[in-house]
Amino acid sequence: MEGDLAHIGAGLAAIGSGVAAIGVGQVAGNFLSGALRNPSAATGQTATLFIGIAFAEALGIFAFLVALLLMFAV
Amino acid sequence: MATVVTDGAVEEKGGLEFHPMDQFEVLPFFGDGGVAWYTITNAAVWMALAVVAVFALLVLGTSKRSIVPTRMQSVAELAYGFIHKMVEDICGKEGLKYFPYIMTLFMFIVTANFLGLIPASFTPTSHFAVTVVLALAVFLTVTILGFVKNGTAFLGLFWVASAPLALRPILAIIELISYFVRPVSHSIRLAGNVMAGHAVIKVFAGFAAIAVISPLSVVAITAIYGLEILVSFIQAYVFTILTCVYLKDALHPSH
Repeated sequence: MEGDLAHIGAGLAAIGSGVAAIGVGQVAGNFLSGALRNPSAATGQTATLFIGIAFAEALGIFAFLVALLLMFAV
Repeated sequence: MATVVTDGAVEEKGGLEFHPMDQFEVLPFFGDGGVAWYTITNAAVWMALAVVAVFALLVLGTSKRSIVPTRMQSVAELAYGFIHKMVEDICGKEGLKYFPYIMTLFMFIVTANFLGLIPASFTPTSHFAVTVVLALAVFLTVTILGFVKNGTAFLGLFWVASAPLALRPILAIIELISYFVRPVSHSIRLAGNVMAGHAVIKVFAGFAAIAVISPLSVVAITAIYGLEILVSFIQAYVFTILTCVYLKDALHPSH
């Protein structure tokens, strides 16, 4: 069947999304452990939290983009 | 699609009668036929609806200016205050000049996302064509603004003065690449998240046709729908907050 290798590649690229999930969990978990130690300082840092999550997620999105390209453009 | 699922294969899987990606197809809203640049498509209609909804919420909601706000007015005031505080916190006082643009971006994206969650509707923000235009507009605005405000000092953004001298050329290349990757990640983050969420809902909807797992599937659709409401808001928030961060870089490139 044609396009099989591209599908396998797209599946492999999906690993990148899982790794990005680890990164996002790392950011959120560390934020929470810091926030529980000093709850009064936590509210001021939510913007930083979301920026950190967005940057961690960006690389997972590139993996997703590679998967999309393999599925639809190759 | 690279592969076309034939009818025979669909029967074997147990009744997935539609493809999960069918919902993202851009079709003419009135009648059938091809899509030309002037055709009113479903994407155009739902984008226009989003604009009308934002207008209704913000203009009609605050038109009475009552001391004790109605529900609509308090939602409009909450949204205004939320974005105003975000711009002020990240960009500082001089960033407030660009508040209308950022407010427009946020309200459009969040409304388009929420309208897209109505069953059988269409989500314009799930299309890269829409989000890339939004992200490129931000990228061009911020780049031009940076050069207009700071002149060549804007290039200091790429020349990390706090790093050792030997490392600076390498860092400059990395910074340059990361600067031009910004519109890519900025747009694909929004469209990717929205599209993936909607596709997952449709995949579970396909499982609902199989009798054994259909109760589980219905529960899963409900749970994912709840998650999607959260994602719709968070992705609009993230898009807006990154716009603020890029704007801050343009206004104060030195750090």
